[in-house]
Amino acid sequence: MRIGSPKEVMPGEARVAMTPDSATQLQKLGYECFIESGAGQLARFSDADYQAAGVTVVDSADALFDAVDVVAKVRPPVEDEVKRLKKGQTLIGFFNPAGNDALLELAKTREANVIAMEMVPRISRAQKMDALSSMANIAGYRAVIEAGNNFGRFFTGQVTAAGKVPPAKVLVVGAGVAGLAAIGTAQSLGAIVRAFDVRPEVAEQIESMGAEFLFLDFEDSQDGAATGGYAAPSSPEFREKQLALFMEQAPEIDIVITTALIPNREAPELWTKEMVAAMKPGSVIVDLAAEKGGNCKLTVADEKVVTDNGVTIIGYTDFPSRMAAQASTLYATNIRHMMTDLTPEKDGQVVHNMEDDVIRSSTVTFDGEITFPPPPLKVQAIASKATPKQPEKTPEEKAAEEAAAMAKAGRQQTQLLIVGAAVMALIGLYAPTEFMQHFIVFVLAVFVGFQVIWGVAHSLHTPLMAVTNAISGIIIVGALLQVDSNIPIVSILAGISVLIATINIVGGFMVTRRMLQMFKKS
Amino acid sequence: MTIGLQTAAYISATVLFILALGGLSNQEKAKRAVWFGIIGMAIAVVATIAGSGVALSSMLIGAIVIGAVVGVIVATRVEMTGMPQLVAALHSFVGLAAVFIGINSDLSVHNFASDAERIIHEVEIFLGVFIGAVTFTGSIIAYGKLAGKIGGKALILPGRHLLNLIMVGASFVLLIMYMNHAGSWTLYAMTALALLLGIHLVMAIGGADMPVVVSMLNSYSGWAAAATGFLLGNDLLIVTGALVGSSGAILSYIMCKAMNRQFLSVILGGFGDATGPAMEIEGEQVAIDVDGVASALDDADSVIIVPGYGMAVAQAQQSVSELTRRLRAKGKQVRFAIHPVAGRLPGHMNVLLAEAKVPYDIVLEMDEINDDFASTDVVIVIGSNDIVNPAAQEDPNSPIAGMPVLEVWNAKQVFVSKRGQGTGYSGIENPLFYKENTRMFYGDAKSSLDQLLSQIS
Repeated sequence: MRIGSPKEVMPGEARVAMTPDSATQLQKLGYECFIESGAGQLARFSDADYQAAGVTVVDSADALFDAVDVVAKVRPPVEDEVKRLKKGQTLIGFFNPAGNDALLELAKTREANVIAMEMVPRISRAQKMDALSSMANIAGYRAVIEAGNNFGRFFTGQVTAAGKVPPAKVLVVGAGVAGLAAIGTAQSLGAIVRAFDVRPEVAEQIESMGAEFLFLDFEDSQDGAATGGYAAPSSPEFREKQLALFMEQAPEIDIVITTALIPNREAPELWTKEMVAAMKPGSVIVDLAAEKGGNCKLTVADEKVVTDNGVTIIGYTDFPSRMAAQASTLYATNIRHMMTDLTPEKDGQVVHNMEDDVIRSSTVTFDGEITFPPPPLKVQAIASKATPKQPEKTPEEKAAEEAAAMAKAGRQQTQLLIVGAAVMALIGLYAPTEFMQHFIVFVLAVFVGFQVIWGVAHSLHTPLMAVTNAISGIIIVGALLQVDSNIPIVSILAGISVLIATINIVGGFMVTRRMLQMFKKS
Repeated sequence: MTIGLQTAAYISATVLFILALGGLSNQEKAKRAVWFGIIGMAIAVVATIAGSGVALSSMLIGAIVIGAVVGVIVATRVEMTGMPQLVAALHSFVGLAAVFIGINSDLSVHNFASDAERIIHEVEIFLGVFIGAVTFTGSIIAYGKLAGKIGGKALILPGRHLLNLIMVGASFVLLIMYMNHAGSWTLYAMTALALLLGIHLVMAIGGADMPVVVSMLNSYSGWAAAATGFLLGNDLLIVTGALVGSSGAILSYIMCKAMNRQFLSVILGGFGDATGPAMEIEGEQVAIDVDGVASALDDADSVIIVPGYGMAVAQAQQSVSELTRRLRAKGKQVRFAIHPVAGRLPGHMNVLLAEAKVPYDIVLEMDEINDDFASTDVVIVIGSNDIVNPAAQEDPNSPIAGMPVLEVWNAKQVFVSKRGQGTGYSGIENPLFYKENTRMFYGDAKSSLDQLLSQIS
C-alpha cells in the first residue's frame, strides 16, 4: 500500500509527518512512500532528501491524496482536506475529535478511517506512538529556551571578577511530560527549579529531575492514576491553599512556566494578576496552556506581551513547530510506530484491528461509523496506587513481637537441647566408652566446622568445595590401614581406595591453588 | 613410630585442616592457607604409614603414584567452566572409597569385647557404606548432568517419594537382619539399594538446582568419611569428615536460602507450584542493537554487570572482562553483582571472572550491592534470568515469590543479553524484560559482547 504526507496548510506550521528517516522505516514495513513537494522545507528536509530515501515527490496536495491509501498529517485537517478523502482511505494525525464534530461527521460520510493521534491511550505499550507526549516534551524544552531568550540574566549562578550573579529561580507548575521536560532543561542550565503539581505521587519524579517539590499539605489530594495520568479539577479549598502558596513564591521567582491542563476544559487560572504584579520586573512567564485560555489570565494566545511592571508573558502555542526538525523527527517516529502496529505482517497491508486496545481507542471513524468516544480500556491506563499501607506498628508492639519471637526461638532451642540430651543419654547408656570418646570428638568437630565455614567469603565457595574435596581424601588413611590385609580382595579394594583418594588429594589441592592464584586485586 | 607420636601428628594435621578452611575468609589469606592443608595431609599420610607399620608394597606405591599423576593431569587440564563436574567427580571418589573400606571391614575378622560393641561396629559399617554408596552414584549422576552427558531435565517418576521411602526402609530392614547374623549378603543388597537411591535422588533434580545438589554431595562425602572414621576408630577421619560435612551443609543452606526454598523440597526434586494465577505482565519486550548499548555505556558513569550461567555456557567471560577493562579505562565505575545461586556451583561466577582476570574487589555479593542499583546508570544482565526476576517481590502467586533477587530494575537502564525470548529454568515469565527501562539485547552472549567491544575502544 501507499502512504504519504501533504504539506501542512495551517499558516506557520513547520512540522511534517514524514521524514526521510521514517520513510526508510516505513518502506521496510512494505509501504511505498509519497510526499508533497516542499512539505518538509520548513523542517529542513528538502525534496532531494526525500528522493534520496526513495520517497516519490508529488506536486500538489490533490495528487498526493489521490495517490495514497494512508495519509499522515500533523495538524487536524481542514475541511478541504477531509473532502479529499476517499472511501477506505486512512488518515492519521491529530484530529481533536472532541471539539471537531462537523469534520468528524464529514469524515464519516466520506467513509474514511481516521486515526486521531491524541487519542492514543496512555498505556506503556502505546508510549512509542504517544505523539502528545513527544510534542509536550519539546514544548517543555522550548518553553525554557524562550523564557531564557526573554530573560535578562543568566540561569546559572556565577561568581565572576565583575561580581556575583545569583542563579535564576524557575517555578514549573504542572509536572506532566512538558513540565518535567521544562524542569530538566532549566535544571541543566543551572537554575534553581521548584515545581508544583496537584498529584502528590509525581513528587518523586520531580525530585528525581533535581527540582524541589513544593509540598501542599492537604488531606484530599488527588490520585492521578484514576484519570489516565491527568489532573482533575480541584476543590475550592484546595485551590485557595494552592494560590496562597504561589502568592508566597511570586516575589522570589524569576521565571514561571505553567503547564496545567485538564482534559476537555478551559485551563485553570493558577497565576493570578496579583501574582504577576508581585513579580520583579524582567521576570518571564511562559504559559503552555495558552491555547486553552492560559493558566494566567493576562496571557494572549500566540503572542508575547509585557505587563506594566515589566513582566514578559509568552503565550505561544506553536512551541513544537518552532523546533520543526526535532518535532518532525519525533512525530514521524510516532506515526511510524502506529503503522507498525497497523501492519502486523510487515507486508505493506493495513490491518485495522478494532480488537486492539490502542488502535480501537485512537480510531475515531471507521467503515462509515463514528467510533468516538472509545470504550474504556481493557487494561487500566496507569497502574493504580498500591494498596494502602498497613498501619505502622508502634515501638511497643514491635518490641513485644521481637520478645515473642525470641521466646519462641528460646523454647525451640530448649526443646532441641532436651531431645539431644536424651538421645545422648540413650547412646551413652549402651555404647562402649571408646565410642563415646569418638563421639565427643565428632560433635566438637561439627561445631568447629560450622564456626569456621561461616567465616568463608562467598566468593571463595568454589575453592572451598575444591579444598574440602582434597581434605576428604583423608579417607586414604582408612584405606592405608587395610591395605596390608591378608585377604586378597580386601587388599585390592583398599588399593583402589588409596588410588582414588590420592586423585582427590592431589587433584583437589592443585586445582584449589590454581583457582586461588587467579584471584587478583585491581 | 609410637602411638603417642602418631596421635600428635594427627592432632597437628587436624589443626592445619581447620586453618586451611578458616583461611578462605579472604582471597590473600587463602593463598597461604591452602599450604596448611597440603602440609596437614602430608603429615597425616606419613604418620599413618610409619605408625601402623604399613608395608610400602609396590602395589601401594603404584596406587599412590598413579593417583597423583591422574590428579595432576585433571587439576591442570580442567577448564574453570568445568569445575562443577570436577567437584562432583571428586565427591564420587570419596563415596566409592567409603564403600570399599566399609565392605573391607565386613570381610576382615574382628573380635569384640561385648555385644554392644559388635552392634555399634555393624551399624557403623552399614552407615558408612550407605552414605558412601549414595554419594558415589549421586555424584556420578550429578557429574553427568553438569557435563551435559545426561539431560539436565528432572526425571520425575510416579510415586518417587514412596520409592525413596521404600528404599530407605528396606535398607533399615537389611541392617536389622545384618545385626542378627543374617550374613554379608544383606550388606551387599543394601549397597545395591543405596546405589540406586543415589541415582534416583539426583535424577529427580533439575539443572539449576545443581548448586544445592553439589553442596549436598559435598556434605555427604564428609559424613561418609566421618562414618568410616568411627568404623576404624580413627579420630583424624572423624574430625576431617565432620569439617567437610558441615561445610557442605552450610553451603546447601546458603543456596536454599538464596532461592527461598526448603532444603528438603530441593533434594526431593521438582519445582514449587504457583499458588494462583500469575500477575499479568504489561508492555512488551523491546529489542536494542549494538549501537544503542554502546552509546548508553558511553554515557554511563556507573555500570553493574550481572552474570549468570548463560555467560558460562556462552564462554563469554573473557569478553566481559575485556569490556570491563575498557570501561574502567574510561574512568567509569564497573562492578559485578553475584547472586548466591548464579552458576552451577557455589561461587562459580567468582571463579570464572577471576580466571578472566576480573579483579575480585569489584565482584560483589547480592547483599553488598543490592541497594546500589538505584544509583546506577546501566545494568547489563548476561545470561541470568530467575535471579533478576521482579516477580519474586511483586507477585505473591509466583512460584519464586520471596526468593531474594538482584533488584536490577531500579537502575536507570537495564540491558538483558539473552539468546531468545524463552523463560528461565523455573519456566516463569520475567516481568523485568517488559519493564520500560529494560532493553533486550538478543543473541549469543559472546558474539553480542564481541560486537559491542568493536564499538567501544
